[in-house]
Amino acid sequence: MSFLDIKDLDIEYQTRKETIEAGKNVSFSLERGEIIGIVGESGSGKSTVANAIINLIDKPGKITNGSIKLDGIEFCNNENIVQSVRGKKIGFIFQDPQTSLNPLFKIKDQLIETIQTHLKLNHNDAEKKSIDLLREVGIENPEKRINEYPHQFSGGMRQRVVIALAISCEPDLIIADEPTTALDVSIQFKILKLLKQLTIKRNLGVIIITHDMGVIAETTDRVVVMRLGKIVEQGKTTEILSNPQSIECKSLVMSVPPTNKKIDRFKLLNPEGKQVTNSSINLTNSIIKNWGVREINNKKLLDFINVTKIFDDNAIISTKKSENKIKALDRVSFQIFEGESFGLVGESGSGKSTIAKIVSSLISPTSGEVYFENVSLHDPKNKLIKNKFRGQIQMIFQDPYSSLNPRFKVKNIIAEPIKFFQKNIGSDLINKNVNDLIDIVGMSRQSLERYPHEFSGGQRQRISIARALATRPRLLICDEPTSALDVSIQAQVLNLLKDLQDQLNLTILFISHDLPVIRQMCDRTTVLKNGIVCETAETENIFNKPKHPYTKELLNLMPKIESVV
Amino acid sequence: MIAKMINNFLDTDIGYSFKKSKIAISSTVVFLIIVFASLLAGIVAPYNPFDPASISLMDAFTPPIWVEGSNINFILGTDQQGRDMLSTMIYGSRISLTVGFASIIFAMILGVSLGVTSGYLGGRYEIVVMRFTDVQLTIPSILMALLVDGIARGFISKSLHNDMAIYVLILAIGISEWPQFARVTRAATLVEKNKEYILASKIIGLSNLVIMFKHILPNILRPVLVIATIGLSQAIITESTLSFLGVGFPPTNPSLGTLIRFGNNFLFSGEWWITFFPAIFLVVLALSINLLGDWMRDALNPKLKSR
Amino acid sequence: MINYFLKRLIQSVLVMLIVAFVSFSLFNFVGDPVHNMVGQEASTEKREEIREKLGLNDPVYTQFFRFVGNSSKGEFGLSYQLRRPVSDLISERLPATLELVFVSALIAIISGVVFGVYTGINREGYLSNFILIISLFGVSLPTFVIGILFIYLFSVILGILPSFGRGEVIHLGFWSTGFLTLSGLKALILPSVTLSLFQMTYIIRLVRAEMMEILQTDYIKFARARGIKNNIINYRHALKNGLIPVITITGINVGTLIAFSIITETVFQWPGMGLLFINAVQFVDIPIMSAYLIMVAFIFVMINFIVDIAYYFIDPRIRFKEEAVTE
Repeated sequence: MSFLDIKDLDIEYQTRKETIEAGKNVSFSLERGEIIGIVGESGSGKSTVANAIINLIDKPGKITNGSIKLDGIEFCNNENIVQSVRGKKIGFIFQDPQTSLNPLFKIKDQLIETIQTHLKLNHNDAEKKSIDLLREVGIENPEKRINEYPHQFSGGMRQRVVIALAISCEPDLIIADEPTTALDVSIQFKILKLLKQLTIKRNLGVIIITHDMGVIAETTDRVVVMRLGKIVEQGKTTEILSNPQSIECKSLVMSVPPTNKKIDRFKLLNPEGKQVTNSSINLTNSIIKNWGVREINNKKLLDFINVTKIFDDNAIISTKKSENKIKALDRVSFQIFEGESFGLVGESGSGKSTIAKIVSSLISPTSGEVYFENVSLHDPKNKLIKNKFRGQIQMIFQDPYSSLNPRFKVKNIIAEPIKFFQKNIGSDLINKNVNDLIDIVGMSRQSLERYPHEFSGGQRQRISIARALATRPRLLICDEPTSALDVSIQAQVLNLLKDLQDQLNLTILFISHDLPVIRQMCDRTTVLKNGIVCETAETENIFNKPKHPYTKELLNLMPKIESVV
Repeated sequence: MIAKMINNFLDTDIGYSFKKSKIAISSTVVFLIIVFASLLAGIVAPYNPFDPASISLMDAFTPPIWVEGSNINFILGTDQQGRDMLSTMIYGSRISLTVGFASIIFAMILGVSLGVTSGYLGGRYEIVVMRFTDVQLTIPSILMALLVDGIARGFISKSLHNDMAIYVLILAIGISEWPQFARVTRAATLVEKNKEYILASKIIGLSNLVIMFKHILPNILRPVLVIATIGLSQAIITESTLSFLGVGFPPTNPSLGTLIRFGNNFLFSGEWWITFFPAIFLVVLALSINLLGDWMRDALNPKLKSR
Repeated sequence: MINYFLKRLIQSVLVMLIVAFVSFSLFNFVGDPVHNMVGQEASTEKREEIREKLGLNDPVYTQFFRFVGNSSKGEFGLSYQLRRPVSDLISERLPATLELVFVSALIAIISGVVFGVYTGINREGYLSNFILIISLFGVSLPTFVIGILFIYLFSVILGILPSFGRGEVIHLGFWSTGFLTLSGLKALILPSVTLSLFQMTYIIRLVRAEMMEILQTDYIKFARARGIKNNIINYRHALKNGLIPVITITGINVGTLIAFSIITETVFQWPGMGLLFINAVQFVDIPIMSAYLIMVAFIFVMINFIVDIAYYFIDPRIRFKEEAVTE
């Protein structure tokens, strides 16, 4: 008998049109001292299964069948038993540390309350235990910090508090639902290490839900792969990752950007398991003629010189105090040459988004210059110069769900920049351009008549790319374009970008926090930390021969799927 | 074509929950009946109570037909001047609805424009607009309307004031209601403003005006609709309150509130219907609008998941 | 902390000055004060004399400062219509209104919060639905209709409660109170319930919406996942978070009650400031109108200030603005 035994779990959601099977025939088991990962893309049902174990599925979902046994005790769908077991035998960690803690209660109160719910301790003993817990999860000075409120802790610290709360009543099973997805790579590393230590020290059984294969590789002993509510494969992590059997799993593993080498294109599998060899874009010779092969003469396209950007509080009366000012960029410099793919990598707060906004003229630098084709973009004497270059620099964004106006049809979204830049253009020519563009990004002509909400995340990104290309830009800024997408969709979109760059000779500024993606996409890269340039070099050199200590640290901490292969 | 539009509407998620909610349907029906009746008052009402030739003091104080002493010609009885209750109510509701709609539309146009522009453009302009909004929001609309009305009275002579009553009231109630539109639209604009499709439009180089009114505005209409509906019933109640207090519509052009005011004098002497029927009519009107607004708020709220 | 209060204090003073300015403009530019005081027959010399005496020939800002100075002392001049000092009229009427508003506020807030919390936590069930239906009526029934209804029911038909006036009052210094006599208390019942009804239903709906939204947050879900009992989650966690907006509402609430008291006082002939004001509007009695404006604005501003102070002590996010210590 295993520690945790799940058999034939079925979970359904009733919507007005149909019944969705969020979980079907889910079965797996877990032993003490073992970490199992549940991995899958969005909609796979992994979170739903986790919530089902403690019977906290959001309505209108419900468990329709199955058995969940912990140490032999059955508690599927039995709210009474589950109530007694929550917190005491099972600890749950949620994804977002920002919203997991009640902002109005001190950490001390939240801890003591949880402890006293399950363990018979008086107030003083509970408080002592709380302080010990905080120390165990790595919070310094716990005697003082225990009296603080959640908003006084940073994201990583908050997640540690959440972990402390989850283990406070000595549970045997911990379920962590995407525990590090909202955190930076360096903090992610520490939190995962903490979880591994606790597993060994307390002999816990741990379930980690994630979409990140690298995390799976480095943290878990066994893994369950899910897709659309069903388990497609499960087994030892090393075996699954090095030798996946099912098509879905193979496809998943192949889509993960390698950390140890640069590949040309991601290999994609069609649903029958055969490799897809054609590129998804549809470029006829006429389109290429229209959309511009430009000569590659390696001239400097963008010159970013000594740019500093300081954000202040926008107070009516500006004071001399600098407490509310944030220095987002500190004398940052780099150059981008025509035809190349240039990367910017850094964690949150590194300033990469700020750079994107300055290059695209959304905001101006506080000091420093930005030259595009040898003309200054932010010349205070000539404010209108920006408009001249608007069509030549375009951007695609991170969130596919907010980057398209929900009220516009796709064809109007793509046509708008064309109409703006060529005010007297006839509607025939507009239609032809729009048709070309939708062909270029590999989507059907019927898509043009639909609205954004009818499309998936990956398709929306393609539409965004079509819109960005509508003005035939010389420089395309990609600000974390695939960070919000599933790994297999990411592979498709990255392939698409590479194809476009090859065929249309685009210059790309690629921004990401994801090192493996940067390795695959960029010729040269700059590493940023807190607004300061740490290192700029050829991408392969950054990975193989890093010079700056921060670069080395990032490379060390980045989760690598190859660690088990 | 209208049938097709209605069909399309009923097919959507919102339309589905409308169909499912008996309350929404019945309140819409009641509301539409009242609106059409008042629009076509000339045809629908059995009498024209403002035509001196059609009324006679002999008919005064006739009770409704289910009470002794009634007259079949006056289903709901007559008032102290012999006017048919049903007719005066229908004409009165026309005035109440006119003021209600006009003032809300005024408030909406003013409030939404200020809200969108202040939310999007920010800076000192936003701070000033928001101060005005905040300060005015602490003043209840009744007080605001009374103030505007009082000032108007100071400037316009009494007889002219009676004729202009409708314009003064629309202005007064409109001014008292615009801040809530401004506040909600500004909040929604602040959220939309940071969305990436707006950034994309800025990068293309579209002007602020185009972005505000072509891109942002259509996406923030939902909460505006909810507030407009509930605001409509508030406006109608405010107008009737002002009329009841004697600072609204005069007896020569009575709204429902004025009718209640004068009927009140006869409550103690037993002619209860003169004040009751207009009161019930008013309540039914306000109730149907509120029910519709309530349903709309729940249906349009993405955060409230279904039970 | 001082910063926070100072900022609020300055804002309050600013608002009062603006109100004073509007009030002052009313006085001077709406109609002719002299005309209103002496009527049509007075000769031109008499008018000039009065203009000098009232200081109406001085520059505008001098007049404004004088106005502000006088108002702060409580001097608002003479009522055009009643020919008595406005300050006397107000001090006679103030207790009546304040007592009425106080009792109504108590009723509205207590029952509003209790019912709101109940319906927010128990979304189904007969009692919940019943309360919600009543609340819907409360918002759709204009206050004066409710008043008339109550009068008809309790005074005309049942005859157990008075339909107008305050009953017997006892004078304590400058204050007259109806709390200490039976007839005073009886007279208070109908008007205060009428006045509180609209506000109560508004609060019920607001609290309910707040509670429902809070019960769907991540931190409540996390509390459930830690095994904390439902009762504690509902009445300790959710309630504490849900009450924050209620405090702001309370502030605005009292303000609205004062405004709506105008209606209630008219229906019940309650001798308070509201009745005074309505009569003033009808007769364009500017001194009373402008004095009322300033008094009411002052009460509003004071309440908002108190609410801000309360907020500071209740929401730790305002108190401790220093953000996180990084790892």
